[in-house]
Amino acid sequence: MTDTLIVIALLLTAVTATTAALTRDPVRQAAVLVLLGLCLAVLFTVLQAPDVALSQLGVGSAITPLLILLTVRRVRREEHPDDRPDRSA
Amino acid sequence: MSRTARLRLFLTAAAVLAAGLIAAAGELPGFGGPQHPYGERAVAAGLAQRTANIVSSVNFDQRAFDTLGEESILFASVLGAGMLLRLARDERKRRPAAEPVLPTTRLFGATLLPITLLTGGYLVAHGQLSPGGGFQGGVVLATALHLAYVAADYLVLKRIRPLAVLDVADALAAGAFAALGLIGLASGAGYLANTLPLGTFNQLSSSGLVAVVNATVGVEVGSGVVVLLAHFLDQAVEVVPRRRSR
Repeated sequence: MTDTLIVIALLLTAVTATTAALTRDPVRQAAVLVLLGLCLAVLFTVLQAPDVALSQLGVGSAITPLLILLTVRRVRREEHPDDRPDRSA
Repeated sequence: MSRTARLRLFLTAAAVLAAGLIAAAGELPGFGGPQHPYGERAVAAGLAQRTANIVSSVNFDQRAFDTLGEESILFASVLGAGMLLRLARDERKRRPAAEPVLPTTRLFGATLLPITLLTGGYLVAHGQLSPGGGFQGGVVLATALHLAYVAADYLVLKRIRPLAVLDVADALAAGAFAALGLIGLASGAGYLANTLPLGTFNQLSSSGLVAVVNATVGVEVGSGVVVLLAHFLDQAVEVVPRRRSR
């Protein structure tokens, strides 16, 4: 039973990690990284390492994708300086 | 470097790495087997120091010096990122406009923010007893704060985020880890040796130095991540190039 869970978690991780590596657009990659973080957290939990799963959930699924998205937003704004994001409401 | 040369270099490196990993894995005890040579020693040492969470015992007692290195790396990275993302001479800050938020998102954030803060605090406080600890709890605390950005807007996050305090807390906590190691040195047992009273097993006050160092790591990671994200958010939301006079 546990072995089946481990195999499923490993397969999910391999699939999402490959998808993340093959995704070229950083915004999409951030979304895939969230999924990868979740899959890794599941994998670590079934391997009885809940400490690592918690770190993975926080860093891999929340902070890293957020940093990527913020960086993309900043870089894209520099590429198109004309469309100002602060629409004076 | 041409495409084929790059591919050849990658394949050579990958082959060497794979050979090394396979050779190393052959020496490991079997997956899921009854033999855990490292685990058995770590558990015995952790229980002897009355630390219920063996991972914390390894991180903050048995190999506390390694963790000191890791914490210093984290501190240095946050510091480095902060320096790189400083306001440059040709940049200025503008007041970010409030963005509309869906009512469901607002409700979601308002409900989850206190729960996540509580979970983070629990993880840090019980680091020596249950899975979790300073690093995990600190990251959860930092992400909790940013639910305010998701559910409301940047101005609300700025209001609930005492950045100047967290900046100082990050540095103080990073230094406190190194300073706490001196307790062991002063009692003659060695740097970062666990010489504090060990307390009763499985109580909040148990495990001696582990609980204290764990708490400093919680403060350092929590404030460090908030400071790091603050620099990135500043760049993405507030900082704009200075308008050239025409």
